[in-house]
Amino acid sequence: MISKSPSAPLLHMQAVSKQFVLHLQSSTSLSVLQDFDLQLLPGECVRLSGPSGMGKSTVLKLAFGNYRATAGHILVRSTEGEMVDITQANARTVLRLRSQSMGYVSQFLRVIPRVAAIDIVAEPLLEAGGTPFTPAQARELAGQWLQRLRIAPSLWQLPPATFSGGEQQRINIARSFIKPRPLLLLDEPTASLDPENTQTVIELIAEARAQGVGILGIFHDQVVAQAVASRTVAMQAISPAP
Amino acid sequence: MTQHDTLPPLLRVQNLGCAYGARTVVRDISFDLWPGEVLAVVGESGSGKSTLLNAVAARHTPSTGQVAFALKDGDLQDIYAMTEAQRRMLARTDWGFVHQNAADGLRMNVSAGANVAERLMALGQRHYGNLRAQASDWLERVEISPSRMDDRPDTFSGGMRQRLQIARNLITQPRLVFMDEPTSGLDVSVQARLLDMLRMLTRQMGLAAIIVTHDLAVARLLAQRMLVMQGGVAVETGLTDQVLDDPQHPYTQLLVSSVLQP
Repeated sequence: MISKSPSAPLLHMQAVSKQFVLHLQSSTSLSVLQDFDLQLLPGECVRLSGPSGMGKSTVLKLAFGNYRATAGHILVRSTEGEMVDITQANARTVLRLRSQSMGYVSQFLRVIPRVAAIDIVAEPLLEAGGTPFTPAQARELAGQWLQRLRIAPSLWQLPPATFSGGEQQRINIARSFIKPRPLLLLDEPTASLDPENTQTVIELIAEARAQGVGILGIFHDQVVAQAVASRTVAMQAISPAP
Repeated sequence: MTQHDTLPPLLRVQNLGCAYGARTVVRDISFDLWPGEVLAVVGESGSGKSTLLNAVAARHTPSTGQVAFALKDGDLQDIYAMTEAQRRMLARTDWGFVHQNAADGLRMNVSAGANVAERLMALGQRHYGNLRAQASDWLERVEISPSRMDDRPDTFSGGMRQRLQIARNLITQPRLVFMDEPTSGLDVSVQARLLDMLRMLTRQMGLAAIIVTHDLAVARLLAQRMLVMQGGVAVETGLTDQVLDDPQHPYTQLLVSSVLQP
């Protein structure tokens, strides 16, 4: 499915800066990222490391188009092979990149209260855009993912709001991995998982890499980091503005 | 990617302004909406959200600007340059309008089935059996038992009335639906059900929608894009999650930081 040219980057961040201006706090300006550069190739798993507050999650959110960069360029490779600058792209283009080219696993699950876990996992396969899946096929595949991530079948028809943190995180992982996309952004995907499920996530990452998926992630757990990462980028504190 | 963007939008709003007498309540609003997109218009009471919605939906003539809608052949047509009859036709076939208060969008003194089938009859369908079958199908789709078909909506709960109003609007398979605070005034449990339903229907039918709401959580769950209004002006637009997670304008920051997180 994925990459035709293995040496072309999937993600290229060029001199990216992010500054938050807090208008309600007398327009205090918070600089969380400065001149950040990163290139991610197919099959790589790049780990962002460093203590909290260094802007690791910010990098993922910028790459996903969730935060808007203050300066710099963020190029994401589309399925047509074009490098699209999401800092300049319109809303529809970003939505399409998210649907086809990049997935993001956040630490939190945010979904409509009443929907069953299995339907939440199946949903990305049924999004508009002419996917070849019928609802029944999507559900069947969702069931396989839930099984692989050890969610008891008795929970499948329930909305995940009442699930444990670890269960919700696995729903999130299943929901993201069910639709293969060339670029994956993972924000501590194993933070609340037990050793068995952590091992499964390590395997999933290895399988994705073998298929040419590029992964940018935050892994605090040393064991996980060593098992999955092919390269580490250490985030550094920003020197205060002169 | 680029090739997709050359598709014409379903709706194009340009420099729209509305005034009541000397008082301007909406100023210079422009946006495009494509098929399948849901746009949330948020802002406090009196920010001009509902006036904007009414002006776009041909219910309140704007004082400046244009609203153009893509007819079935793809041509963008200025809706205020159409004849009254054309506009009315549009409003009852290709468009839907869901009112905050269901009683404003329903006929309370006729049966639920007649409410749902009315738009089909306006289009000339006369076969009683067919009308009834379609009404029954739509009642089911909005989770109302077809056994209630002959009951009047004034015997329905608030949540049921709202779902009935939605069925009444969607039966003609419109391409664009306007919703004015569709979930406010409902119990939270009923709200969740309605949200789930709306999301499913917009996805299944490839429906575009403009939803006016003051509830940011509703906007996050339903809309891909957001327009924030203050004092009649669009102060910020963008992807819903961008606007809510990384608000740029002081007013949006205030709005987002004022929400209680349950």
